[in-house]
Amino acid sequence: MTADHHQPSSFAFEGDYLEKAKWHISKYPEGREQSAVMPLLDLAQRQHGGWIPQAAIEYIADTLGMASIRVYEVATFYTMYNLHPVGEHFVQVCTNLPCWLRGSDQIMEACKKVTGCSNGQTSEDGKFTVLEVECLGACVNAPMMQIGDDYYEDLNSASAEAVLRALQNGEKPKVGSQSGRHTCEPAGGLTSLTEFYPDGAPKAGGDD
Amino acid sequence: MLADRDRIFTNIYGFGDAGLRGAQARGDWDNTKALIEKGRDGIIDEMKASGLRGRGGAGFPTGVKWSFMPQEIGARPHYLVINADEGEPGTCKDREIMRSEPHKLIEGALVASFAMGAHAAYCYVRGEFHHEINCLQRAVDEAYEAGLIGDNACGSGWKFDFYVHSGAGAYICGEETSLIESLEGKKGQPRLKPPFPAGVGVWGCPTTVNNVESIAVAPTILRRGAEWFARIGRENNTGTKLFNISGHVNQPCTVEEAMGIPLKELIEKHAGGVRGGWDNLLAVIPGGASVPVLTKPICEHVLMDFDSLRAERSGLGTAAVMVMDKSTDIIKAIARLSAFYKHESCGQCTPCREGTGWMARVMQRMVTGDADVSEIDTLEEVTKQVEGHTICALGDAAAWPIQGLIRHFRADMKKRILDRKANRQAAE
Repeated sequence: MTADHHQPSSFAFEGDYLEKAKWHISKYPEGREQSAVMPLLDLAQRQHGGWIPQAAIEYIADTLGMASIRVYEVATFYTMYNLHPVGEHFVQVCTNLPCWLRGSDQIMEACKKVTGCSNGQTSEDGKFTVLEVECLGACVNAPMMQIGDDYYEDLNSASAEAVLRALQNGEKPKVGSQSGRHTCEPAGGLTSLTEFYPDGAPKAGGDD
Repeated sequence: MLADRDRIFTNIYGFGDAGLRGAQARGDWDNTKALIEKGRDGIIDEMKASGLRGRGGAGFPTGVKWSFMPQEIGARPHYLVINADEGEPGTCKDREIMRSEPHKLIEGALVASFAMGAHAAYCYVRGEFHHEINCLQRAVDEAYEAGLIGDNACGSGWKFDFYVHSGAGAYICGEETSLIESLEGKKGQPRLKPPFPAGVGVWGCPTTVNNVESIAVAPTILRRGAEWFARIGRENNTGTKLFNISGHVNQPCTVEEAMGIPLKELIEKHAGGVRGGWDNLLAVIPGGASVPVLTKPICEHVLMDFDSLRAERSGLGTAAVMVMDKSTDIIKAIARLSAFYKHESCGQCTPCREGTGWMARVMQRMVTGDADVSEIDTLEEVTKQVEGHTICALGDAAAWPIQGLIRHFRADMKKRILDRKANRQAAE
């Protein structure tokens, strides 16, 4: 482990994170607190800037009355937990079949062009980590990438570059479809629900 | 074509308000108490009569599944678990329900839970759906606030809680027993059945796991009647269904259509047709990554439902239609899926753990042609060694796409190997 010097000596939930942790634990029946291990790992990752340190694993194990190896087992089984630091913007590009058919190779190239990162790499300035991932469940809006919590969809090389450059410049690009679609309706005009929307699809909102 | 008045998901594109007020204006939560007053048997009988088959891929009749739960509530509470771990490549329908129609899901969870004697439902949402989780949680908060769920849900006297649980990136958790393991705070590795979840599920209690779409359509079925739902589609393949059409079409989209709609009509009417025209079609994977590919001659006539697709040795799966035109390297396309299954194998069963890796490596050589023609048969043989020899269906899911490829595109595979060999010899 090359990243050992990053490991903090202790970890504890603070403020909102502590409240949220309690709320998650309260969802499960008494004696079944272990069920909260996944949401708590997610909270730890958020509080700690995108990755889960060893101390958080120990802390969560104590909080939930689990052996720390059981928490570690969960943390290593699921792909969304990062056990090493990642860039400020964690860029995950879907390259599974529906995205590949619509040009995910070009999206990976756009990532390389803007951030300098190939698959699995973090940029030297620590701003970006780029990773190829499996299907993210937005297939009719392919190709797409997830950056942090946000989906950027209906991409092409140019729009993918634009999103990444905006983030590089500290701006907040519009989330969702980059081609002007609202969500998953056909781009050329509605083919169903026309009784409800006789004037066609409303313009994309930009909420959520 | 399905008439708009027969569509269940009238806000599937999110044009309207996804919140409680918008949902109520569209008919959700309309006298839900009356649905509950049909009683447990009344609800289950109606669901059985509707012919609804599970929308998560396997197509098991939903009403029958609900009837497997114990009649009496004993010392162990009953649970409904909703599978929102949508991860089958090509599939993106539950996402739209959660962000645009969340109240249909919550109302459906209430009636389904009541019918199964459950006082709580857990909705397991894939962790990447951060925004969808927020949308759903917002709707849950609204429903509590309005007394639609909680201690006295809709004034029915039934206590009902709805919890959102987020996953963290593991395709295997879409398998029901592995989802249960994960919900218990463990690695998501499938359990052997029996015992079935209806007997021993989450925390050792009777549990039913249903897909989001199956639950979300239940209130409309109960309101409009089993007969209405059963009239749509074909016998044994009734009702409406959300279809996701992706890949080489002019307008990829999600649409609710009647079960049994011809594949060609689905693509041409809703997805703007195949890129470059229908004759530019090479193949279609009709139901998510795990079902075998169909060639153009089959696509000309096949109907989009469980039985029609099974008759063509494929499947409806999640109704995620992936269209590939003639520019597609079909061997590479299937090899991409093999890499996916290798990545997602949980490693518990040897045939899957070793087999998915082996198949992915051989498929990679099939892409470049660095193989021997006899290896096509070996590969097919290995898919059969994996298929049916694992605890869960991931092994089958990894085997079927390759079997479909060999069945329909053996000549292409052989040609690539021979071309490569000829090139190599020419170089020497």
